Amino acid sequence: MSAVRAELPRDWVETHVVSGLRTLPSRVGTFCRLELYRVRHDQTELVTRAIQPALWLLVFGETFSHFHVIPTGKIPYLDYMAPGIMAQSALFIAIFYGIQIIWERDFGILTRLLATPTAGAALVTGKAFAAGVRAAVQSFIIFVLSAILGVHLNWNPVHLLAAVLVVVVSAAFFSCLSVTIAGLVLTRERLMGIGQAITMPLFFASNALYPVREMPSWLQVLSRINPLSYEVDALRGLLLGTPSDFALDAMVLIAAMLAGIAAASALLRRLAS
Amino acid sequence: MSVQAVECAELRHRFGSVQALDGVSFEVREGEIFGLLGPNGAGKTTTMKVLVTLLRPQAGSARVFGLDVRRQTMAVRRWIGYLPQQLSADGALSGYENVWLFTRLYDVPRRERQSRIAEVLSLMDLQEAAGRLVKTYSGGMVRRLELAQALVNRPRLLILDEPSIGLDPVARSDLWDRVRRLRSETGMTVLLTTHYMDEAEQLCERVALMHRGRIAAIGAPEELKAGLGPETTMDQVFRHYTGSQIDQVGSIRDVRSARRTAARLG
Repeated sequence: MSAVRAELPRDWVETHVVSGLRTLPSRVGTFCRLELYRVRHDQTELVTRAIQPALWLLVFGETFSHFHVIPTGKIPYLDYMAPGIMAQSALFIAIFYGIQIIWERDFGILTRLLATPTAGAALVTGKAFAAGVRAAVQSFIIFVLSAILGVHLNWNPVHLLAAVLVVVVSAAFFSCLSVTIAGLVLTRERLMGIGQAITMPLFFASNALYPVREMPSWLQVLSRINPLSYEVDALRGLLLGTPSDFALDAMVLIAAMLAGIAAASALLRRLAS
Repeated sequence: MSVQAVECAELRHRFGSVQALDGVSFEVREGEIFGLLGPNGAGKTTTMKVLVTLLRPQAGSARVFGLDVRRQTMAVRRWIGYLPQQLSADGALSGYENVWLFTRLYDVPRRERQSRIAEVLSLMDLQEAAGRLVKTYSGGMVRRLELAQALVNRPRLLILDEPSIGLDPVARSDLWDRVRRLRSETGMTVLLTTHYMDEAEQLCERVALMHRGRIAAIGAPEELKAGLGPETTMDQVFRHYTGSQIDQVGSIRDVRSARRTAARLG
């Protein structure tokens, strides 16, 4: 056996106390930084997760640009769909985030995190923004790919920063939706099934691939209550300069995120018990 | 009168039709190593979850150094270092990053953070491996890392839920030597569960034997053995108070969790 080397302090017991909501920004910052550490340690996931959105842009986007069947005004179709694919890429990451929470529960990580002086809501918020950070990194890859394919992007740094925030807040909402479902179904298999069942409807019932006005009326209703539509609208306005109602988009996304955090926090204990 | 490290009085909790805790009462004195023993499903982990504030008991009370686990949740958590049964270190992060996470979650001030990380890594002899991903660690190293995480807040009470499960004899012995040394140097109280009676006998000043959600017996290992006659072993004490039909209690979830931990340890 190796000997214990360090000298232990005389004032062993910790007396430093931080409580209440003051811990929230610290927890969010901590989990976001941790997610960046994970990205740095395993970059293959970034590449593999980029394949599907890249195919959407390269195959679907390039093909439909030639057909001119989807009326997108003066904007080429590839330009039109690029922000939609960025949003899709972020959605696919966030909607399966609940699986990671279930995995953390199964391996005792969640139990241990909940035994620290961290409120459930702070933990959920931290995890949600961590999903947002990963989604933003993934969307950045699609952004670069879009630029390479000749999409006419707005390079104004303020717009780019706002686009990052839009992706982070949206992914935070979708990850909370995923954690909420995880709290209800409790198993990976069921969550995987539900995640797959809702991802494509969320994507197709949004303005990611085609303008809302071209949809059947019933689909237009779904599109208007789908947070993904507001994310895509905001990204299009910021990255392409198309007309958008950024204030409404931001309001809907922030409200959805707060509701998602509340729902996921309420179900977190059920998940951990 | 001095405050006890742990005071549980008539704790009761039911999961559906299962009465997990059925009037559990015991005290742990400050500075002692106390063992909570019993077969799977006896209520050990439920008791620990109450003490670390992860579970609100439906009846009864529990205090940690005088703090009510129901009403003073965050304060209780700051006094405790907790090691759950499952391997809880994140294999996708380095040892350093795993410990850093806990310094943030316990709000260790920025100016002390680096020295605190170095201190606990050094205590567990993990300085050289700190930069490596945890998935490359041996089972014993992972447990030491988790102990390092549990120490970053300099707890008054260390709660260990079957920490030696799945470890080879050398790693087990090393782990317990470190716990013993920590206790003697800091005066920290240790509450642990284990299935190994030899460990309980060697480590614990007192033990409580749990069976079907109740405390069946409590006392020093020597006292409990002497109570059943000369040359009685702790295994015999265990069987006497908890019955020999061990396979009739405990859920498949307990077994699966233990196997998963053992599998991760390799």
